[in-house]
Amino acid sequence: MTLAGRIDAVVIGASAGGIEALTVLLPALLPGLRPPIFVVVHLPRDRPSVLPGIFARKCVVPVREAEDKEMVTPGTVYFAPNDYHLLLDQGPQLALSADEPVHHSRPSVDVLFESAVDVYKDRLLGIILTGANEDGATGLAAVHDAGGLTIVQRPDTALAPLMALSALKLRPADWVLTLNEIAGMLRTLDASPTSTQVN
Amino acid sequence: MDAEVGKPGISGREFDVEFNRFIDAIYQMYHYDFRGYAPASLRRRLKTAMNRFDCGTLSQLQDKVVHDSAVFPALLDFLTVQVSEMFRDPAYFLALRERVVPLLRTYPWLKVWVAGCSAGEEAYSLAILLHEEGLLPKTLIYATDINTGTLQKAAAGVYGIERIAGFTANHHKSGARSSLSDYYSAAYGRAVFNKSLKDHIVFSDHSLATDSVFAEVQLVSCRNVLIYFNRTLQDRALGLFSEALCRRGFLGIGAKESTRFSSQADAFLDFAPAERIYQRRPEL
Repeated sequence: MTLAGRIDAVVIGASAGGIEALTVLLPALLPGLRPPIFVVVHLPRDRPSVLPGIFARKCVVPVREAEDKEMVTPGTVYFAPNDYHLLLDQGPQLALSADEPVHHSRPSVDVLFESAVDVYKDRLLGIILTGANEDGATGLAAVHDAGGLTIVQRPDTALAPLMALSALKLRPADWVLTLNEIAGMLRTLDASPTSTQVN
Repeated sequence: MDAEVGKPGISGREFDVEFNRFIDAIYQMYHYDFRGYAPASLRRRLKTAMNRFDCGTLSQLQDKVVHDSAVFPALLDFLTVQVSEMFRDPAYFLALRERVVPLLRTYPWLKVWVAGCSAGEEAYSLAILLHEEGLLPKTLIYATDINTGTLQKAAAGVYGIERIAGFTANHHKSGARSSLSDYYSAAYGRAVFNKSLKDHIVFSDHSLATDSVFAEVQLVSCRNVLIYFNRTLQDRALGLFSEALCRRGFLGIGAKESTRFSSQADAFLDFAPAERIYQRRPEL
């Protein structure tokens, strides 16, 4: 199972238990990664966005909070800021919105995934992880329908399985995997051609 | 926004082709200029509107809007209405109170511009804050928006009672010197804000995309509006703010907005950077 040559960007959505799940996935990313990775994790809304700081220390790839109108840098992990939706625009460029919550969530996984489909079409990989919320199911279906690839965390290994189950109910996933298996897949993403790092 | 967007039926490419035509048609027909809006959010709102109006494609929606003028106000709500809350991001209002108000006191009268006021939550928040600080009697707040329907709602100052608990919690964290309940009367599930606040607010129709400056002001508050604009339109809006502000006047923007990438960046100095409050450079 490899993603080599197939994927230009990755979108990840998680809710309850998401931070622990990402602690398995993001530190597995290899230096010199080419595709950017966009992440939405639901948090209580008045909490400051601490995730970029936490993961920057654990990862070899750059990890940042997404800024409005920022051009996307290859191989960078972008977290949606708390209480804003993160979207992708042509460029590719990051965009934030304060539109109303979707599935009681802002940022919303659906909003990120659907806008990423508009930009990356069939070159997008969508990943749905643990969560006690249906957000992300529609978004992952949009990735699938545009010809992109989809991974859903195995529901029996998720701290909260509802997000994964909702996604699987709407469309079949290309892979249903444990966190360690997903981490293995992420290591097959392309390296940047300008990078001197080879695995 | 509902969860129906992204459902199959229209390919991304078709939508792209129709998108620009649609925006042009709205401009030609109704003189509302969305050409400088950031596409991602606008696309999402248009997809929601397509579902709401039961249109499979954007050209079907365009047909409806162009041939039936009664449809346009409802569409405009989808494209422009921003659900906000009173004292959203209390730290912003606390910084206004503690750091900006002492300087505002030095003016014999005050003019404040709330640009993109939507249903009025921010304008009423500022009126309450200025009342608590003793400045409201000498203040006039201009609250502007492009959506005249929303402006009418804003002028009425009526909010669902279920929103008041959130407003009250925010108000408290903003350094409140009074109780929010002093400013509204509740009846039939609604909270109606007092005339004493409304007497100091003028709600009026103004477009940051097409209109010019209408007054000199000491404070511009424009929060979570610029993120919906592309850089060209952001530059235009910030240019208007710079022109409207008196020397050393203040500009407050949204928590995730910045003047940093703008050609107008030099017009503003950081004043309270964490709360995104800037001061107009005096030597301009």
